[in-house]
Amino acid sequence: MSEKKNNRRDFLFTATYAVGAVGAGAVIWPMIDQMNPDASVKALASTEVDVSTVNPGKTITVLWRGKPVFIRRRTPEEIAEAKSVKIEDLKHPEKDEDRAKNPEWLVMLGVCTHLGCVPLDQKGDFNGWFCPCHGSHYDTSGRIRKGPAPTNMEIPEYKFVDSNTIKIG
Amino acid sequence: MSEQEYTPKSKVGKWFNDRLPLLTLANHLTDYPTPKNLNYWWTFGGILTFCLITQIVTGLVLAMHYIAHADMAFQSVEHIMRDVNYGWLIRYIHANGASMFFLAVYIHIFRSLFYGSYKSPREVIWIIGIIIYLLMMAAAFLGYVLPWGQMSFWGATVITNLFSAIPLVGEGIVTWLWGGYSVDNPTLTRFFTLHYLIPFLILGLVVLHIWALHVPGNNNPIGIDIKKPSKDTVPFHPYIVIKDGFALLMFMIVFAFFVFYTPNILGHADNYIEANPLVTPAHIVPEWYLLPFYAILRSVPDKLLGVIAMLSAILILAALPWLDTSKIRSAVFRPLYKQFYWILVADVLILGYVGAMPAEGLYLLIARIATAYYFLHFLVVLPVLGFKERTTPVPLSITEPILGGSPNLAAVKKKDSF
Repeated sequence: MSEKKNNRRDFLFTATYAVGAVGAGAVIWPMIDQMNPDASVKALASTEVDVSTVNPGKTITVLWRGKPVFIRRRTPEEIAEAKSVKIEDLKHPEKDEDRAKNPEWLVMLGVCTHLGCVPLDQKGDFNGWFCPCHGSHYDTSGRIRKGPAPTNMEIPEYKFVDSNTIKIG
Repeated sequence: MSEQEYTPKSKVGKWFNDRLPLLTLANHLTDYPTPKNLNYWWTFGGILTFCLITQIVTGLVLAMHYIAHADMAFQSVEHIMRDVNYGWLIRYIHANGASMFFLAVYIHIFRSLFYGSYKSPREVIWIIGIIIYLLMMAAAFLGYVLPWGQMSFWGATVITNLFSAIPLVGEGIVTWLWGGYSVDNPTLTRFFTLHYLIPFLILGLVVLHIWALHVPGNNNPIGIDIKKPSKDTVPFHPYIVIKDGFALLMFMIVFAFFVFYTPNILGHADNYIEANPLVTPAHIVPEWYLLPFYAILRSVPDKLLGVIAMLSAILILAALPWLDTSKIRSAVFRPLYKQFYWILVADVLILGYVGAMPAEGLYLLIARIATAYYFLHFLVVLPVLGFKERTTPVPLSITEPILGGSPNLAAVKKKDSF
């Protein structure tokens, strides 16, 4: 008799806690999720860039989703240098062909994968980019070669709309 | 709270105190028995309270003129500097006040390290202090972002990116912190909100810090338990109040020197350039008070491990009461610890120096050695020292060493025979 009573009470407690937890979660989640990117931020997803004026050996920087994107028209020497690197020498092994579909054009996020600074063009030990914040060196393919950054600079989704226009995003 | 029952003299006072014992509290704080040998290193608690109130008051005033919007924040700060009556003064007090706050808190922390104030029974006071210190760093960082200069923007980018080192969820957390795909207006508005909130959290924790302090009472330079009230104590008012007040005046002279003579020396010139997401300044350096931890972050060549090392460097302090195995509190009676203490002080200063230098060559090597030593001090030196060190005799009371001379030989002999 008394055991049965206890079971009934235990059930009520458990059910109350469970409903309370679900209710608390339902209140907390909107409070957390409101900090995620809002609709207006998400709407700025893609951007088109005219690259007709970019000569070989030049880089332009465009803003996409608030971040810089480097569009570099690489010289033949740079392409050769990027291709000649042995894949096993790389901290984050990626072939140059996979990073630059059209080897003349390197399109990548100009954001150091260490802590998000913008690396400087044509600097560092590998003729590519150098991040002034904590000393990461990238090669002519934007691959990490030396320093604290864990991965190569990211390649965003992009395509050539025509021979002079790149659509990023 | 261990004192005798207090009764207000006036009828009105008694009537009120029976309903809300505020006067009892005031009486407790005034008469509070304090060790009579407290030196000037003990005045920084009061100085820190002053710093907190200064930051809150100047901050409230600045918030009346500041606009938390990516397009207007930088302009509104210049507006405060040029147009608002005494805006320059209030902003310079607030900006330099942050540095003064950290200066005082570092002295306060190293005071505790020297005199063993973190040891039993004061562990909870110490841990609350560490939480306050963490919140101070958060508030300082968030506040530094608000003027929306180049250092603000890139400091915010670097610090928020620390979270991207967390495996799997890191990137998601960073996007969530930003409210977008980079540091931008949503980031600024939430940072402003949190910067406004944190000082009040600190204020609440300061109350707990003092409450926890008033249970065992102050530690003291010789680090012994004292009977309170006794011949070893003096009432907080007027003795300590006057001493704290004098130290505060000295501190305010230093404060005023920075505010009036060199208000920008502790800042960075690049922060007078408006935030530009396309260009990172050539040298990103945090404010001076975060440099030692920045050096630790940079000395580790791996991203995740670097972040872990930096956080551990702060959190290890919370474990200090258990890492230090010595029963003797004060370094005065610990000849070896005293030397290691000064090596630690030098180590932290070296870390601060290399944190401001480029992370390469000799600087990087020094940073790595200093980082290794920092952890060695807490994880190896302190635990071992507690067992190996031969400490010198600790007096039985504060008065004993003084009375131990000629005037009261009988009392000394009596004590010795115990």
